[in-house]
Amino acid sequence: MQSKHIALAVEREQSRATGKPCISLTRRALLKGTGVLFGTLAMSSALALIAPSRAWALELKSLDEHQGKVLLALVKRIYPHATLEDAVYALVVKDLDGKAANTATIRDQLAEGVRKLDAQAGGDWSARAAGDQDRDIAALADTPFFQTVRSTAVVSLYSNALAYAHFGYGAQAGDGGYLYKGFNDLAWLPNPPEQDSGPIPAN
Amino acid sequence: MTNTNTQEQPGKKFSLDDDHVVVVIGSGAGGGTLANELAQKGVDVVILEAGKLHTQADFLADEWASFQQLAWLDPRTASGSWRIARDFPNLPAWICKTVGGTSVHWAGASLRIQPYEFKALTTYGKVDGATLLDWPISREDLDPYYARAEKKLGVTRTNGLPGLPGNNNFKIFHEGATKIGYKHVNTGHMAINSVTNDDRAHCYQRGFCFQGCRFGAKWSTLYTELPRAIETGHAELRTEAHVARIEHDETGKVNAVLYYDAKGALQRQKARAVAVAGNSIETPRLLLNSHSAKFANGLANSSDQVGRNYMRHTTGSVYATFANKVDMYKGTVMAGIVEDEARHDTSRGFAGGYHMETISLGLSFYAAFLDPGAWGPKFADAMDQYAHTAGLWIVGEDMPQSSNRVTLNTELKDQYGLPTANVHFDDHPNDVAMREHGFKQSEALYKAAGAKDTYRVPPYPSTHNLGTARMSDKPEDGVVNKHGQSHDIRNLFISDGSQFTTGAAENPTLTIVSLAIRQADYIAAQMKQGSI
Repeated sequence: MQSKHIALAVEREQSRATGKPCISLTRRALLKGTGVLFGTLAMSSALALIAPSRAWALELKSLDEHQGKVLLALVKRIYPHATLEDAVYALVVKDLDGKAANTATIRDQLAEGVRKLDAQAGGDWSARAAGDQDRDIAALADTPFFQTVRSTAVVSLYSNALAYAHFGYGAQAGDGGYLYKGFNDLAWLPNPPEQDSGPIPAN
Repeated sequence: MTNTNTQEQPGKKFSLDDDHVVVVIGSGAGGGTLANELAQKGVDVVILEAGKLHTQADFLADEWASFQQLAWLDPRTASGSWRIARDFPNLPAWICKTVGGTSVHWAGASLRIQPYEFKALTTYGKVDGATLLDWPISREDLDPYYARAEKKLGVTRTNGLPGLPGNNNFKIFHEGATKIGYKHVNTGHMAINSVTNDDRAHCYQRGFCFQGCRFGAKWSTLYTELPRAIETGHAELRTEAHVARIEHDETGKVNAVLYYDAKGALQRQKARAVAVAGNSIETPRLLLNSHSAKFANGLANSSDQVGRNYMRHTTGSVYATFANKVDMYKGTVMAGIVEDEARHDTSRGFAGGYHMETISLGLSFYAAFLDPGAWGPKFADAMDQYAHTAGLWIVGEDMPQSSNRVTLNTELKDQYGLPTANVHFDDHPNDVAMREHGFKQSEALYKAAGAKDTYRVPPYPSTHNLGTARMSDKPEDGVVNKHGQSHDIRNLFISDGSQFTTGAAENPTLTIVSLAIRQADYIAAQMKQGSI
């Protein structure tokens, strides 16, 4: 295992500061966790430009690797974005894993949910065809298990630096203001008349 | 740029036993303004603010983290047929618990209520199910105070201040609005500096208006009224001071305020008069929680109107996607306004009017609010188009209803063991008709600008909370008189949007500030006369 991985979520600040990859999995770290998810960013991904490495890994604290894989597959069907990297979806699994580690009832709920999905698939649900997965999900949309996954996902999936880059949101980059950085750079419509708008302030 | 020097607390400290002070509860647009106006006149004021001090340097360019920092997250509940009760049952309102209150979070739109809206009952006539009433004051009465408020806030397009430059979101809005025939479309009257003014920087188009303005370009009591009040030596600001109860003497006059301090210890501040400005949910909650043997239904509540007629404006958003990039998040959140629908014209099928104002959300909140609870390919497709999306917000007059009401939830207690607020709300048929009209017009606006898809977005947790201690001529119709003075207790005042008799179609802050300036004049005069 090479030690170059994308920092996921909280560790990413450190990554930016040191310029070094932050999740560096060693055998010892692997032994401490309950499982690990791996992946590689697509060559064409916009994220490859900002990520320290194309390989990513997520160490799990509570869920096992199979549970992580099924939940990853589930989230990908709940919020299906054709070109969104698994690394971003993995952030949802990371937060679900964190909740499972803190709360036994959530850990049990997730375990039971995964078990039921596998039972429907007669094996590994994550390997099931997308159409079958969608039918399974529609059938469980009212369950607390689904609500836990969905309500975690809608926050985790769209509130991280990788998602901001993918969907095109400036986030922290806007902290200094867009006055001289394109707040009015839309060029495919005429500019409104001066009396309806206002002057750019002189410094 | 003005520093937030509330931290240094150079000013006066008052003793808990000092019974000559006016206690102001809340440091937002209403309380912060009232406190400063009183302090400027030499009246001694103690400001009790439940929130912590967060300065401009603390503000975050991260929607969820900022929400955790600034929002009022103490437990509350919601009931009724509004979607909020289902989607956000513990978050009926998106308002703040921080020094400066919701003036830290507001978008800055500063509009005068129109003359006819002060006479809602007379203008609209009786509407079934609505508790319409004329305000006991007219636009003419308030105009001098509006003028003072506009000057204080540095409102654009007043006092020779230029309008703000329009951002990308505004360009689309303007194009669509003018194409469908609207005549009054511009970057609005905003309490955001278009030029350096009043020791505050001009706007740098950061786009995080809701998360606190790091540059201080947007007016907030945090870095204007509050430090200025403290500088006079007549005001003391106590932060993390959570008021539990207002007490009264045997004659019924209020004489002290009980609050939990930052360490959780209960304190009693004596008072000559008390002004409540906790926003329209906490204000009635406090009045109701202050019930006593003499006032069994709560303070100032002989009319049984405390908590009733809760209004939140008829709102809704429309987002639209375009073939080309928009980047709506760049620049001011409310970057433009259409005023043409803000009129009373029943040919549209409803009473009262509404404004359309641009709005933008970051990716995180767009996901949270676009269609709460939604998932699947349609939702994902809308998210995929985020960078190509423009947005606007409808803000219109909602009908006051007696059953739309803030009550005490005695089942659910807060961290101090106090009953929490339940907010009950059902749309009035007039609200539904207005929203439908607003949605259709907004869709037409964006289609005219070349939109591919449009999305109707349900109201967010309320930011404009109004009416729960309404102003009325007659004591039996409301809670306070035309000065915000309670009908029942002459040294108890309401100083926030709770006073609104009806909602009008305008963002409420400018009116809240104007009423606070007017109330300060009145309180000072009453004190001079020895009436309070």
